[in-house]
Amino acid sequence: MMEAIGIKSIDDLYADIPENLRFKGELDIPGPYTEAEVRELVSGTLEKGVSLRCPPFLGGGVWPHYVPSVVDEVVRRAEFLTSYTPYQPEISQGILQSIFEYQSLLCELLGMEVANASLYDWSSALGEAALLASRINHRDTILVPYFISPKRLAVLKTYTEPVGMRIEKLDYDATTGQVKIEDLKEKVNDHTAAVYVETPSYLGFVEEGVEAMAEVAHGKDALFIAGVDPISLGILKAPGDYGADLVIGEGQPLGNHMNYGGPLLGIFAAKHDNKVIRQMPGRIIGITETLEGGRRAYVMTLQTREQHIRREKATSNICSNEALCSVASAVYLSLLGPQGLRDLGEVVTSRAHYAMRRIGELPRVRAPMFNSYHFKEFTVGFKGTTAETVNKALLSNRIQGGLPLAKSFPELGEAALYCVTEMHTKKDIDALVSGLREVLEA
Amino acid sequence: MTLRKFRQADWDEPLIFELSHEGRVGFLPPKAEPEVVDAVDEVEELIPSGMLREKPPALPEVSEVDVLRHYIHLSQMNYGVNSGIIYPLGSCTMKYNPIINEVLASHPRMLGAHPDQDPSTVQGVLEFMYNLKQGYLQVTGMDDATLQPAAGAHGEWTGIMLIRAYHKYRGELGNRTEIIIPDSAHGTNPASAAMGGFQTVEVLSGEDGCVDIDALKAVAGEKTAGLMLTNPNTLGIFDNKIAEISKIVHEVGGLMYYDGANLNAIMGKCRPGDMGFDVVHVNLHKTFATPHGGGGPGSGPVGVKSHLAGFLPVPTIEEKNGVYSLNYDKPKSIGKVHGYYGNVNVMLKAYAYMLTLGGTGLREASELSVLNSNYIARKLKDTRGLSLPYAPEKPRMHEAVLSAAKMNEETGVRALNIAKRLLDYGIHAPTIYFPMIVHEALMIEPTETESVEVLDDFIDAVKKISEMAYSKPEEVLKAPMNTVVGKLDEPRAAHPKTICLSWRRYCSLLGQGE
Repeated sequence: MMEAIGIKSIDDLYADIPENLRFKGELDIPGPYTEAEVRELVSGTLEKGVSLRCPPFLGGGVWPHYVPSVVDEVVRRAEFLTSYTPYQPEISQGILQSIFEYQSLLCELLGMEVANASLYDWSSALGEAALLASRINHRDTILVPYFISPKRLAVLKTYTEPVGMRIEKLDYDATTGQVKIEDLKEKVNDHTAAVYVETPSYLGFVEEGVEAMAEVAHGKDALFIAGVDPISLGILKAPGDYGADLVIGEGQPLGNHMNYGGPLLGIFAAKHDNKVIRQMPGRIIGITETLEGGRRAYVMTLQTREQHIRREKATSNICSNEALCSVASAVYLSLLGPQGLRDLGEVVTSRAHYAMRRIGELPRVRAPMFNSYHFKEFTVGFKGTTAETVNKALLSNRIQGGLPLAKSFPELGEAALYCVTEMHTKKDIDALVSGLREVLEA
Repeated sequence: MTLRKFRQADWDEPLIFELSHEGRVGFLPPKAEPEVVDAVDEVEELIPSGMLREKPPALPEVSEVDVLRHYIHLSQMNYGVNSGIIYPLGSCTMKYNPIINEVLASHPRMLGAHPDQDPSTVQGVLEFMYNLKQGYLQVTGMDDATLQPAAGAHGEWTGIMLIRAYHKYRGELGNRTEIIIPDSAHGTNPASAAMGGFQTVEVLSGEDGCVDIDALKAVAGEKTAGLMLTNPNTLGIFDNKIAEISKIVHEVGGLMYYDGANLNAIMGKCRPGDMGFDVVHVNLHKTFATPHGGGGPGSGPVGVKSHLAGFLPVPTIEEKNGVYSLNYDKPKSIGKVHGYYGNVNVMLKAYAYMLTLGGTGLREASELSVLNSNYIARKLKDTRGLSLPYAPEKPRMHEAVLSAAKMNEETGVRALNIAKRLLDYGIHAPTIYFPMIVHEALMIEPTETESVEVLDDFIDAVKKISEMAYSKPEEVLKAPMNTVVGKLDEPRAAHPKTICLSWRRYCSLLGQGE
């Protein structure tokens, strides 16, 4: 090959790199290792640390849900796994149709008409939703619930800071934890680009006033954005049915593993409003036909919104997204269907309520702290001890307790956010309750 | 010549909705235990009536085997680097994705880790992330890094936010409103700069395809917040004036941003940190062999020099006496760019790749990627109708951009048609029409994992298409013929009357007779 090119050494090809910029040493990186050595090394590393006896009782943005084997089998397929973005649609119909199905399945689940092919995660979807609202109505404020994930809020701040958007929190009802509609009415005005609400909320309770909130938002021509945990929608009302203009959320529960928080799957959906569609961020797959024969086919469409065409005027800079995670979710939703999703919602919420009840019977606790319906997450308040102390004690039994909330929401006192799903059996919950009892009765 | 008779699998696959039969289900969730059922109310009692779902979602009802076959059929109607022949998509670094990385990435301690678990339960995960960062710093020559960005463009925007924070901290943000970007840059560069609140200023390339120093001097000034540059650039040419460029930008008080999309050319040969760059991003899904999943997930870690380290997103991963922890106590930080710590599962694959190759292997990978692209460039540049614009005498790095402008003029066959005809041979097309400064561009990046025999097949295919363009152009224009579908009506997909982005919409359009 070198002869064909006319060089004596490969370094001849690097002649353009000035001598003083060349890296002379060796990169200080361990290896090379054989496959067997790499397997040994990396597995050994991963297995360090305490191994939990059951899935963690944690939620808040990533949740332990079972991933059916068929999902893993499909996303391991080399033709999907090792393909790039479908820039050549004729040879990429498989991934294009799969993502189109993901968009379609989500629309059914959410009660919306358009979904994009994915954003990075719920947090970035919130950032993009705020920016979209502001682009559409040229307003600068987004109203958000008081109890929002501090991490998600931090990402929203990063996204909106450059355009100077304001983020204002809505008050909550002390009994139910839910957004106070009166406060929303007071705060919404001609500067409000969007009203954002999450249901189930970050603390797990369902917001009952969403329809009224949508009306208040629309009354001031603001967008109403709903944030959802999609796995709740087998039993909970679809956001399209209570007036959401945009729906965002985290698709991880739908067939994606937790993976220490990534990759995740940012959901972004809207009604079929051309004004909104043309401002949407990210890739969108659409149906078309072959020029000859009129056969149904799929393509990336509305690309004139995107960075590779529109450059600095693009609706977003996003290029790579979470395509394979959206395929996983398509497989997941197809497997479960309407009945599976309903059954799943029922077992999740039943077990969560069982856990709430059993924990609530313990001394020195309050669970949940708010008088509302909770889907799968709930707050546990502690008296005379700290959530951190409780978690340490649980860990000695290899149980991961709920997320301590004192730093994020000091007004709740010593509290933790617990999550129970179909992955937690009665046995797991009972073990948690015994563990809690040991600490609380000590 | 060993060109294959390729025919892509075509299952004429219906939409999953069209496979639905009432009452079928593909997965059974567990049932609540009798004691649980006894202890809690019925779901209808629990949920406030206004929030109960009354109408079930119209999801398809399909059995397990039907779902599996459906998606396996669809996978067979797709093309991947591990299942195809060669995937020379320029700027995308479609190298072989090693299987061992996938095996390790499905380790239960990886899959089942929740991001808020106590650090004592995820020491292994934190350790490999920490080690990956150390390797990253070696390759890039930077002082510190964040693994949080979930993709390359996400990394670019994070880098821009760091530049923004730097100027803000120094009280200069009000005046420094511009990011300079060469006309050969990836579209994500100007889009990321705009999302970070900056105006973009384009600087033209010179005849050698590199930044025109005089043009740069003309636009650099007190308004300059920074310059975004890919080096080697999108033509595959190493900009040897990089030290001077850095000096010009730094002298006016701007920062240098390195778009690492093309890092695969230079690992162990030279480092962005030594060229004067202050911020870099690297695409793990390109250079570090993690699969691209049909569009993602990727991972775009961002590295910085020490003067920007304080602004990095939180949390940072820290090590003390062999114990790893997350640190949120960074008062100057730009905050968070991702809900958690980024695409950790992707990072694990990159880590395994790094260990497999080691420092010397990474350098060899870069060298072979450059050898391969020069081999193709050399063998194809004199093909009838093709040329190698911008300094054809200069060696290319990991990729080369050919122009089919002459072929288009003489035969009507465009870069697009060459790309589609390549598909008919079972070869993935190169990137086309990019960079925009090359007419009828074919941007070819073979990567180091392709053998000389595969490269020869690719070269033969292109030469054959050239011959055909001059003898029977209509044959080329018909392509693709051997893929699942032929040419598509793309305007139809975007037209307000026919636009259809979901099954729901499809049904309603069918109802209206569209």
